[in-house]
Amino acid sequence: MKTNTHFAFFDEGSKKEIRRAIMKAVAIPGYQVPFASREMPIARGWGTGGLQITLSIIGKSDVLKVIDQGADESVNAVSIKKLVHETTGVELTEQTNKASVIQSRHRIPEVALTEDQIIVLQVPMPEPLRKVEASEYMTKRMHAEDDYSGVWLMLFEQIMKYGKTATSADHPVYVNGRYVMAPSPIPRFDNSKLHQSEALILLGAGREKKIYAVPPYTNVESLAFEDYPFSVEVFEGKHCHLCGSTDVFLDELIDPETGETIHQCNDTSYCIEQLNKKAEAEVQTSYA
Amino acid sequence: MLEEPILQVRNLRKQFGTGCMECAEVETRKLEKNFCKNCGTVYACQDISFDLYPGEILGIVGESGSGKSTMMQCLYFDNEVSSGEAFINTPELVSNNVFELSAQKKRSIRNHVYGMVYQNPVHGLKMNFSSVGNIAEKLIAAGNRNVGQMEATSKKLLENVHIPLHRMKEEPRNFSGGMQQRVQIAKALSNNPPILFLDEVTTGLDLSVQANVLDLIKVIQRDLGISMIVVSHDLAVIRMLADRTIVLLNGKIIEEGLTDQVLEDPQHEYTQQLVYSLL
Ligand SMILES: Nc1ncnc2c1ncn2[C@@H]1O[C@H](COP(=O)(O)OP(=O)(O)OP(=O)(O)O)[C@@H](O)[C@H]1O
Ligand SMILES: [Mg+2]
Ligand SMILES: [Zn+2]
Ligand SMILES: [Zn+2]
Repeated sequence: MKTNTHFAFFDEGSKKEIRRAIMKAVAIPGYQVPFASREMPIARGWGTGGLQITLSIIGKSDVLKVIDQGADESVNAVSIKKLVHETTGVELTEQTNKASVIQSRHRIPEVALTEDQIIVLQVPMPEPLRKVEASEYMTKRMHAEDDYSGVWLMLFEQIMKYGKTATSADHPVYVNGRYVMAPSPIPRFDNSKLHQSEALILLGAGREKKIYAVPPYTNVESLAFEDYPFSVEVFEGKHCHLCGSTDVFLDELIDPETGETIHQCNDTSYCIEQLNKKAEAEVQTSYA
Repeated sequence: MLEEPILQVRNLRKQFGTGCMECAEVETRKLEKNFCKNCGTVYACQDISFDLYPGEILGIVGESGSGKSTMMQCLYFDNEVSSGEAFINTPELVSNNVFELSAQKKRSIRNHVYGMVYQNPVHGLKMNFSSVGNIAEKLIAAGNRNVGQMEATSKKLLENVHIPLHRMKEEPRNFSGGMQQRVQIAKALSNNPPILFLDEVTTGLDLSVQANVLDLIKVIQRDLGISMIVVSHDLAVIRMLADRTIVLLNGKIIEEGLTDQVLEDPQHEYTQQLVYSLL
C-alpha cells in the first residue's frame, strides 16, 4: 500500500464534499443525498459508506468506537478501526459513553447516546422503496411526492403471507413526518432509539452512493397498520447468561457443554460494563 | 341527455416528437396517417373532444394505431397531454382543468375518481404480489391503513369477479389471461370510482372467456352505475357494451353517436368500411 499522508485518509477537498452532503442530509431529515462515493482500501459492501462519513467528520480530539453487529472485536470492526487510527491517530475505545464518534453495523448501542456523540450507521440498501420499484428515477419521484403506497404494500404482503410484518431488521420509518427511510438493518428493537435521539445519526451507503441523517431530537416513527401495531423482538423471561440483563437485545446461543439454549447480550461492550459494575459492587460490599 | 356530463374532454392533443416547420401548423400540416414524414413526429391524438355522462358506457373504436390507448393514458395521467382540457364534475374538482393539476392532485384523482383496466395486465398489476395485495395497493394509495378492512374489501371484490377465494393470496402471474383481467377489474373497482376506463379488456382472450368478462362489465354497470369508457378495435364488443360510440381514425374523431346509429347507419366512409367488413 502506498503511504497516504492526508489526515483521515482523504484529501481536504474530498472531505469537504462529503461534509457538504452530510450538511444537506441533516437539513432534510431522512432524505437520501447522493455523494461521490470513493474507492476505499476495504471492499464496498463492508462499511465504506459509514467509513467515508467517519473519515470526513473525525477530528484529532475525537474518540472512536467501531462495532459490527454489537461486537467491537469483529474482523471488520477491527480493520475499520485500524484504518482510521493509522490515518488520524485518534484514540480508540470500546466503551460507548467514552466515544464521541461511533461507527456501527446493524446495531445501536444499548447505552443511551448523548448530544455530544455522533453515531454513523453502515447501510447496504438505502432505498426503502427499491423492492417495489426498480427505477431510481421513479423512487426519487415517489419520495418527492410523498407517495409511500409501495412500502405499505410490502408490509401488507408480509402480513398476508406470514400473519405479521416479517421485517426482522431494517423496518421502514417515517422521519420527521415526511420521508420514509431505511434505518439500515438494525433490529426492530433499536428502532425506538432513533426517535428523539439526542445524538446525531448519520447513515452512509458506499455502494449505493447515498448519505442520509436523523438530526438530534427528530421524530422517527416505525410504519405500522392500525390493526397491526409495530412490535419489537421480545425476550420475555430471558436474560443474559453472563451479566443477567433483561431489557436488552439478546443473541441466542447453544451452550456447548449442556446443549441448552442460552442468551447473551448482543452489545458486548454493554455486557462487559454490566459485569464490571457487578464486580465493583461485590468488591465494595465485601470491604464494607 | 339532460344530465351534466361527469367528464368533459376538450381539444385533447398528444404528440410524440417536437414537430417541425412543415407540421407545426394544424391547418396546413400534411401527415401520413398520424405521422410527419419530414420530422417523424407522431400526432397520436388530434383535437379530441367528448362528454361522458353519468352511468353510461362510451365506446371508442378505431384501428390499431388510431390513438385509443394514448387517449386513455392521457386521461388517466400516465401520459402527459400536449395540450387540451378535461373537467370532472365532482364538487372538489369542478371547473379545474385536471391536466393542469399538481402530481399529487392527479394521483388523488387516480385513487379516488378513476379506475383503469389496461390492455396489458402487466401494466395494471404487480405480477409478483398477491392478488389481495394488488387490490390493497389501490386502497392503501387512497389512504387506508387497516389490514382487516382492506382484506375484507379485497375478498369481496375478488368474489364478485369470480376469483376463487382459495387463490386470493396467489400471485396473478400464475393466473390465466382472463383471470388477470378480472383481478385488474376488481382492483379498478376497489375505491368505488365514478369513472372506469377499460382498454381492450378482452383482446387476446378466448371467446368464452371474453363473453365472461363482457358479462361482468355489463353487471358492474347495471349494479353500480359507474360511467365507463370502453376502448376496443372489436365492433362486437362495442355493440354489446356501449350506449354511445366514437370512431377514431389517425387520432381524430371522425364519427360519433348512439352505438346503434353508428353501426346501423354509418355516415363516414371509413366507418362504413369498418362496419360492412364485419358483417
Ligand atoms: N411512446 C410513444 N412514442 C412514439 N409514438 C407512440 C408512442 N406511443 C404510441 N405511439 C404512437 O401513437 C399512435 C397511437 O398509438 P396507440 O397505442 O394509442 O394506438 P391504439 O389505437 O391504442 O392501437 P391498438 O389498437 O394497437 O392498441 C401510434 O402511431 C403509435 O405508434
Ligand atoms: Mg391500444
Ligand atoms: Zn450481558
Ligand atoms: Zn414535422
